[in-house]
Amino acid sequence: MRSRGPSNRLVGVSQLVVLIGGAGTAFADTAQTWSPTNIFAPASTPAKSIFGLSLFILAVTGAIFLVVFSLLLYSVVRFRKRKNDDGREPPQVYGSNQVELAWTIIPILIVVALFMATARVIAVVQRTSPPGNAIAVTAIGHQFWWEYRYPDLGVVTANELHLPVSDPAYPTPTFIQLLSADTDHSFWVPRLGGKTDLIPNHPNAMWMDPQETGVYLGQCAQYCGTQHAKMLLRVYVQSKDDFDSWIRQQRQPAFVNEAVSEGQQLFETTACINCHTVSGTVANGRFGPDLTHLMSRDTIAAGAASNTPENLRLWIRNPNAIKPGSLMPAMQLSEQQLNAVTAYLETLR
Amino acid sequence: MSTDALALPRTELASRPVVSRLHDWVTTVDHKRLGILYIIYALVFLLIAGVEAMIIRIQLIRPHNDFVSPQVFNRLFTMHGTTMIFFVVMPVLFGFANYLIPLMIGARDMAFPRLNAFSFWMTAFGGLLLYFSLLGANGLYGAGNAPDVGWFAYAPLTSQTFSVGHSTDFWILALLISGFGSIGTAVNIIATALCMRCPGMTLAKMPLFVWLNLIMAGLVILAVSPLTAAQIMLLVDRYLGGHFFDTQAGGSAVIWMHFFWVFGHPEVYVLVLPAFAFASEIIPVFSRKPIFGYSVMVGATVAIGFISMSVWAHHMFTVGMSSAANNFFVISTMAIAVPTGIKIFNWLATMWGGKIEFKTPMLFCIAFLFQFLIAGLTGIMQGAAPFDWHLGSSYFVVAHFHYVIVGGILFCLFGAFYYWFPKMSGKMYSETLGKLHFWIFIIGFHLTFDFMHIPGLLGMPRRIYTYEPGRGWDTWNFIVTIGVFFQAAGILVFLGNLIWSYFRGKAAGSDPWDAWTLEWSTNSPPPAYNFAAIPIVKSRRPLWDLKHPADPDWKYE
Repeated sequence: MRSRGPSNRLVGVSQLVVLIGGAGTAFADTAQTWSPTNIFAPASTPAKSIFGLSLFILAVTGAIFLVVFSLLLYSVVRFRKRKNDDGREPPQVYGSNQVELAWTIIPILIVVALFMATARVIAVVQRTSPPGNAIAVTAIGHQFWWEYRYPDLGVVTANELHLPVSDPAYPTPTFIQLLSADTDHSFWVPRLGGKTDLIPNHPNAMWMDPQETGVYLGQCAQYCGTQHAKMLLRVYVQSKDDFDSWIRQQRQPAFVNEAVSEGQQLFETTACINCHTVSGTVANGRFGPDLTHLMSRDTIAAGAASNTPENLRLWIRNPNAIKPGSLMPAMQLSEQQLNAVTAYLETLR
Repeated sequence: MSTDALALPRTELASRPVVSRLHDWVTTVDHKRLGILYIIYALVFLLIAGVEAMIIRIQLIRPHNDFVSPQVFNRLFTMHGTTMIFFVVMPVLFGFANYLIPLMIGARDMAFPRLNAFSFWMTAFGGLLLYFSLLGANGLYGAGNAPDVGWFAYAPLTSQTFSVGHSTDFWILALLISGFGSIGTAVNIIATALCMRCPGMTLAKMPLFVWLNLIMAGLVILAVSPLTAAQIMLLVDRYLGGHFFDTQAGGSAVIWMHFFWVFGHPEVYVLVLPAFAFASEIIPVFSRKPIFGYSVMVGATVAIGFISMSVWAHHMFTVGMSSAANNFFVISTMAIAVPTGIKIFNWLATMWGGKIEFKTPMLFCIAFLFQFLIAGLTGIMQGAAPFDWHLGSSYFVVAHFHYVIVGGILFCLFGAFYYWFPKMSGKMYSETLGKLHFWIFIIGFHLTFDFMHIPGLLGMPRRIYTYEPGRGWDTWNFIVTIGVFFQAAGILVFLGNLIWSYFRGKAAGSDPWDAWTLEWSTNSPPPAYNFAAIPIVKSRRPLWDLKHPADPDWKYE
């Protein structure tokens, strides 16, 4: 996986990191029960490298804390002015070069050690190039949702990213190109890796090789406007077979059902199509999420609500009820039109 | 020079009508009066920005709360951050510097009294302009009234496309104007420290307070200038068709980040060096020992000043810099821990072997030492770029910088308020209320900011107006919010103490702490001319020499 092994100088440090990282694995298993977004429950190589480094740094800073805290506490208690004080000034000490030298050199050595451990993890995470079997994904941040495109697989979807699980012995990592359509955003799924920003005119990249199946949560981590808080991330890590069948299903054109043609016609003759795409129809807007397989998703509104008929209907009628400040306009449809459009959308599997 | 009050005896001053006494304050060029204006102005904004923080925390007390709308929440955290940095902490520190530097170096005023007044009023108008946005910023349909772009206002959220109306313009102009004030004050502090010292006070005998403020002033000039430039570029983008940061026309969002943090990180040291300055005066006096390693303290400060200019992009580890750039900013960031550590050790050594008196100012400074230790260590964690890929933009970083600004700077500031209040007002504060303030506030501080680290580690990003249940964040946010009410109560006790003591406090006398620097050799409050005769000093502790003629400092330094 690594395009570049650690240099000899770093081997000692890296062994220490691995040692501490190993001891922390048991801890990591319980950590995810505290929070589905716990940074101490890593499930991919970049997240695990960071985890090992963070334990090393926590150990070093923890030791410094204990030593200096104890010294401070000791001096405050020991050298307090006593009740039976004789009123004379204590001996006036102006300094000591030896002592100053000691507490300059020791911190410098600690800083060097911390830096070397850090540089190694930077190399692991940043200087890895995609192997031939890597999955390529382009993630595009929008106010306030995520667009995902699989350029090699011909799939476009929104808000729910699907990835294949990666066996550590035969890794199938995913390399994500990060773009922004408007303002700055940041992709942060803590159990899969650190955050990387999506910045307009500044393409970024990150990679992950999730090693357990499941749903991984996160959310936008760079303030991007009114609804920054409800720009949620959901990553579905699936077995190879499940992922392949998901891809096959997503490549299908939109499902056509005569029973909902009224709703389809309404959809295609109102402003809906200015922003949304339904493949195989005249709807080819790019401003909002692709709806071709809307019903294959668990959530709507970038994870802000579960994908139920009631929520979908409410979202079309009054988006502000779910996500005030979202850029989806209230569509001003009659009850009958609302029912028809909702019925149509519910057929987009 | 300040001569307005000099000609009039005190009794005659007091009997003049209120209007003309107020007029004296508005037109004053006296460094002490300007210092007090800065301080009172900052306290007013402290209350405003504190209330904003309380509303933010009430909104976050439980998931899916709807105490305020997302639009209002975003304005609140923008105004809270901008106000606290630019219109609370900077002015209050400038106020103390203004008041104390001439007194400590045996001068009768700052080098440029009129520039001093100009600088204060620029800062004051900047703050007023920021809040005038509440009335004046309703530009276009749907536009908000107060700025809502965050205190570092990342591009392109500030462009006309994403920020319609005028709220962002108020933010830009407020900072631009107050920035001119800050640069003016910095020039004044540098000129005063370098040119106005009394006979005998070489640079090596200058109080550490003045040294630290001198370095701070240098940093202000280096840091505020790029911010001012960036603000002008942003105005050009918004109104004159420029494309510096306009990403839709090929501009660069990342360039804004560099400009802002080239200002933003030295700014942290602009705020923290004066806090160090307070600690470096208060800890020796209440330990009854001279500062340990004076020259090393000066050297460490200079080192911090230099290194702080080369660490800015550690705010940008998630922006997608090259691994080489990341490595550079990791090493420079961690390097700054060395001189900072030296400072903590020197304060520790100053207390070592002393006779520590736990008066209110010293209590705050001792708490500062413990808290700044923790803030420094969480800073090292974030200095390691990969760790910061998690911690940056999370609640952990919010907890970290509040630990620096509240746990470090504000605690030192409270210490400074109690320590110099007798000098400024002539009255002694209430020690009982002071200690009450200390204990209430320290409980609130730790409830809020200790527990705030945890949701960050559990994946909670900053600047979200609400959050989902089931993320393991609920309990921590509840505790954090409870702590805020303790802090608010502490602040009220503090203000009550200042006001009560000003009117009812006992006379303090010129030297209530048996201290050693020159400000304690003149009356409390000092006359307009500060010193009847310009003092002549022979050591760093001129009053020690006076009090111990048999054992003066100058024999040992």
